[in-house]
Amino acid sequence: MAAGTASQTAQATAGSAEGPEAALQAAFDAAVAADERIEPRDWMPDAYRASLVRQMAQHAHSEIIGMQPEANWITRAPSLRRKAILMAKVQDEAGHGLYLYSAAETLGTGREELLDKLHAGRQRYSSIFNYPTLTWADVGAIGWLVDGAAITNQVPLCRCSYGPYARAMVRICKEESFHQRQGYELLLALSNGTPAQHEMAQDAVNRWWWPSLMMFGPPDDASAHSAQSMAWKIKRHSNDELRQRFVDICVPQAEALGLSLPDPDIRWNEERGRHDFGAIDWTEFQEVLKGNGPCNEQRLDQRRRAHEEGAWVREAAAVYARKHTSGAGPAVPNGKATA
Amino acid sequence: MSSSTDWPLWEVFVRSRRGLSHTHAGSLHAPDAEMALRNARDLYTRRSEGVSLWVVPSDRITASSPDEKDSFFEPAGDKPYRHPTFYEIPDGVKHL
Repeated sequence: MAAGTASQTAQATAGSAEGPEAALQAAFDAAVAADERIEPRDWMPDAYRASLVRQMAQHAHSEIIGMQPEANWITRAPSLRRKAILMAKVQDEAGHGLYLYSAAETLGTGREELLDKLHAGRQRYSSIFNYPTLTWADVGAIGWLVDGAAITNQVPLCRCSYGPYARAMVRICKEESFHQRQGYELLLALSNGTPAQHEMAQDAVNRWWWPSLMMFGPPDDASAHSAQSMAWKIKRHSNDELRQRFVDICVPQAEALGLSLPDPDIRWNEERGRHDFGAIDWTEFQEVLKGNGPCNEQRLDQRRRAHEEGAWVREAAAVYARKHTSGAGPAVPNGKATA
Repeated sequence: MSSSTDWPLWEVFVRSRRGLSHTHAGSLHAPDAEMALRNARDLYTRRSEGVSLWVVPSDRITASSPDEKDSFFEPAGDKPYRHPTFYEIPDGVKHL
């Protein structure tokens, strides 16, 4: 709920005289330490607010940019069943974006501002979406690996210290599990299909595996925001820990698919009780982040174009609403709301 | 472009099935109440999560202030006798 955030922000900046500020900080620290949730109207440090806006905006942007690589295949889905599933999935991504934008707005940052920053390239989205979807099998690999990595990242966010973000993540995680399973099922069908279909599935896994591992972000010792985010309990586990979890989950899943993971160094480490895996090419990650991935330009262009081409719809709806509310009172469609 | 088309924020309440009250699901932007209802249907009931929806303009909600959470709710704090567990009943007494 966004009500009251503006006054809260004003209060947070006005109260910088030592005494009250220190008391507010102490109350905030105590709430975080006690694993309580911070809610929109509570006082919070400016840096906490800024860090949440950055992370939630990036997360929301990722959801709506993430619609593009998969939507690319809707018209070419091989059956009506697969088409209906893919449409539902892409529609979910739009929904997830909206949950997250709403949650971000409770911090006093407007929707328009967030979209403007995305369009201007001043806020990021996950670099995974800058890779192309070359074959139908990519839809499966995205569901299994990309959504699988996202779930591994997101499940701990359901316990994030900021209430609205945590609540949005609960809803999102419930819905993501369908995304991952449909992808896995799709790959399984291809893997058990003709040799050409099997090869297509393997090729998609080969291309999506490493970028999926990069989704967890840079190694812990090189991650700019990790330590502070963990202290604030926005993040609950380190990038490397989550990445390891993901690898451990995927290895047996790949076996069941009859597909291999493109890393000769993956092997079970008896001592650690986990899988060892090969080194990640962080130069590629940095390059994609800088805008030099295969599809950076295309994704942002399409996003801007969709926004511009939808402008007349937004304007028309606003004019319609003004016309109908100025005359006969509020346009309430079906009358009596009773608590 | 932005200010003239900035749609107001609405809070969405969903009744998950008959017999239960509406509970807060989240918020969304919409130009008017009718569109807010339609958007709420698409956003919060994609998996049949509800049988009834309310949308309320966010700026029409009056909320208590978090700063006075102690004093505002304090009157109930020292009245444990409002709870049934406050009372000692001899063992073996039934239906009470």
